[in-house]
Amino acid sequence: MTDGWQALWLTAQLAAITTAILMVVATPMAWWLANTRSVFRPPIQAIVALPIVLPPTVIGFYLLVLLGPTSTLGGWWVQLTGSTLTFSFSGLVIASCIYSLPFAVQPLQNAFEPLGQAEVEAARTLGASKLDAFFSVVVPMSKPGFINAAVLSFAHTIGEFGVVLMVGGNIPGETRLISIAIYDSVESLDYSTAHSMSAVLLVLAFVTLLGMFLFNRRRAA
Amino acid sequence: MNSPVRIRLTLPRDAFRLHVDLALEGQGITGLFGESGSGKTSLLRCLAGLEKVADGHIEVGGETWLDTEAGVNRPPHERSLAYVFQEPRLFPHLSVERNLQYAAKRAESSAVSYDHVVELLSLTRLLPRNATQLSGGEAKRVAIARALLRSPSLLLMDEPLSSLDAGKQRELLPYLDRLQADLTIPVIYVSHSIDEITQLSDQLVVLASGAVQAAGPLQEVLLRTDIELLGGAEAGVILETDRKDFDNQHRLTRLQFSGGDLWVSADVPSPHPRVRIRANDVSLCKTRPADSSILNIVPVVVEEITADGEASVLVELHAGSDQLLARITRRSLRDLDIAVGSQLFAQIKSVAVRNSAVSI
Repeated sequence: MTDGWQALWLTAQLAAITTAILMVVATPMAWWLANTRSVFRPPIQAIVALPIVLPPTVIGFYLLVLLGPTSTLGGWWVQLTGSTLTFSFSGLVIASCIYSLPFAVQPLQNAFEPLGQAEVEAARTLGASKLDAFFSVVVPMSKPGFINAAVLSFAHTIGEFGVVLMVGGNIPGETRLISIAIYDSVESLDYSTAHSMSAVLLVLAFVTLLGMFLFNRRRAA
Repeated sequence: MNSPVRIRLTLPRDAFRLHVDLALEGQGITGLFGESGSGKTSLLRCLAGLEKVADGHIEVGGETWLDTEAGVNRPPHERSLAYVFQEPRLFPHLSVERNLQYAAKRAESSAVSYDHVVELLSLTRLLPRNATQLSGGEAKRVAIARALLRSPSLLLMDEPLSSLDAGKQRELLPYLDRLQADLTIPVIYVSHSIDEITQLSDQLVVLASGAVQAAGPLQEVLLRTDIELLGGAEAGVILETDRKDFDNQHRLTRLQFSGGDLWVSADVPSPHPRVRIRANDVSLCKTRPADSSILNIVPVVVEEITADGEASVLVELHAGSDQLLARITRRSLRDLDIAVGSQLFAQIKSVAVRNSAVSI
């Protein structure tokens, strides 16, 4: 089970880093989508939602091509760090951010949309700059949206399998995530390890989601 | 004396083009009067920098907020103004106290004291409450206090009474009175109620379909009965009076103005009440009626006679240094032989003191 704990710990790290990056990246995107009347809104929204409908292997395949050492981005990364993005933890972080992007953007966008401009305008006329008004009014008013977005991004990243298999492979301590470890155990007919790892994941997922829904219910009441 | 407020701007809207060129006094309340959809709120939003104005110039307190020719367009938070919106727009995630501090913390100066504003609007009891737990009238008071704590050079108020029922309006009015006496900055007060606006304003601007129809001192503009909004049943004047004595036996208050005395059946608390007299409530007699049930009869001189409806005319009268308006029939005009310069007596049937019409 030490291998299992290592995989679980790596998965938690990946999910935490991905969630942190997504909160920073998805917030301005969601704010823009919630407020823009630009003609680019529908295509951008479609692109953001793609990971929900595409098979993970398709995303994984394109990311493998995009991040590989022969591509511009991958080659530049090799020059910069001396290692490849594919089959590395950094590559997994990039892949996870893209894979989980809709799960961060959509709850935030849903939180921002009904907010409208009323309170923001009030804040602006009380001396708050755009950025000040965002952090002092929009963020606290959309707190449930941020919590939902963080929980869903985190949980969705933990459940990642197809993309990881394509981009990250199965290097212990580097890219061997819990979902891969479970798959491995099943392949080698080690059902008892697969059982315990799956059970841990199942309980964690249930507790996290339960916490989120309890929080939402308390907010609504 | 503060520097005046100068506004010149053009803003295309769906139904009309807002086109305004105004110079307002650097102090006192300017009533911005017009029907719904006449562009009143749009004008306030342009002043606050919440609308994109392609062509305009705004100067307040000696500072240029907008000059499209010179490419100056200050964002809302760099314009020293406060805006009381139609809805309170309090921050729901903050307590009343923290809503107020939000403004106080960001104010450029502390010209307006926190304690003073809290006392002025009687908010002490409400401070620890959540902003979502207030009644409509309470939320409005908090919104006004929050705006004042910005220590602005210009205060914009958009129909502060509109979303409240009659009872709540009466509750808020004394606060607006206190505000009027207390403020040393110019205020633009938007309303579609002529009663509300005549009680509070010093200057009046009439807006219709985005265009300024009249602007100037309140008394002067109210006489512009050629303007549709100020003519008709609403035509009338306002008088500044001094409260003299209270006849306890008959429950009447005597108010004095330059043309004589007015008896009203209300116990008027203000020492200098402002009253409104409609043209429809004033009738004319050649001699002082000796046995009329009407208490308020003052000597007047005819200054001008203007056509009104098919059957009626509006007569502009001098009473002391004040003016009155009377609407009479064309037949009475002929029968009584009324002409400019005629010395007559005006019988005033009803005097409105602060939204409550008092008939005598």
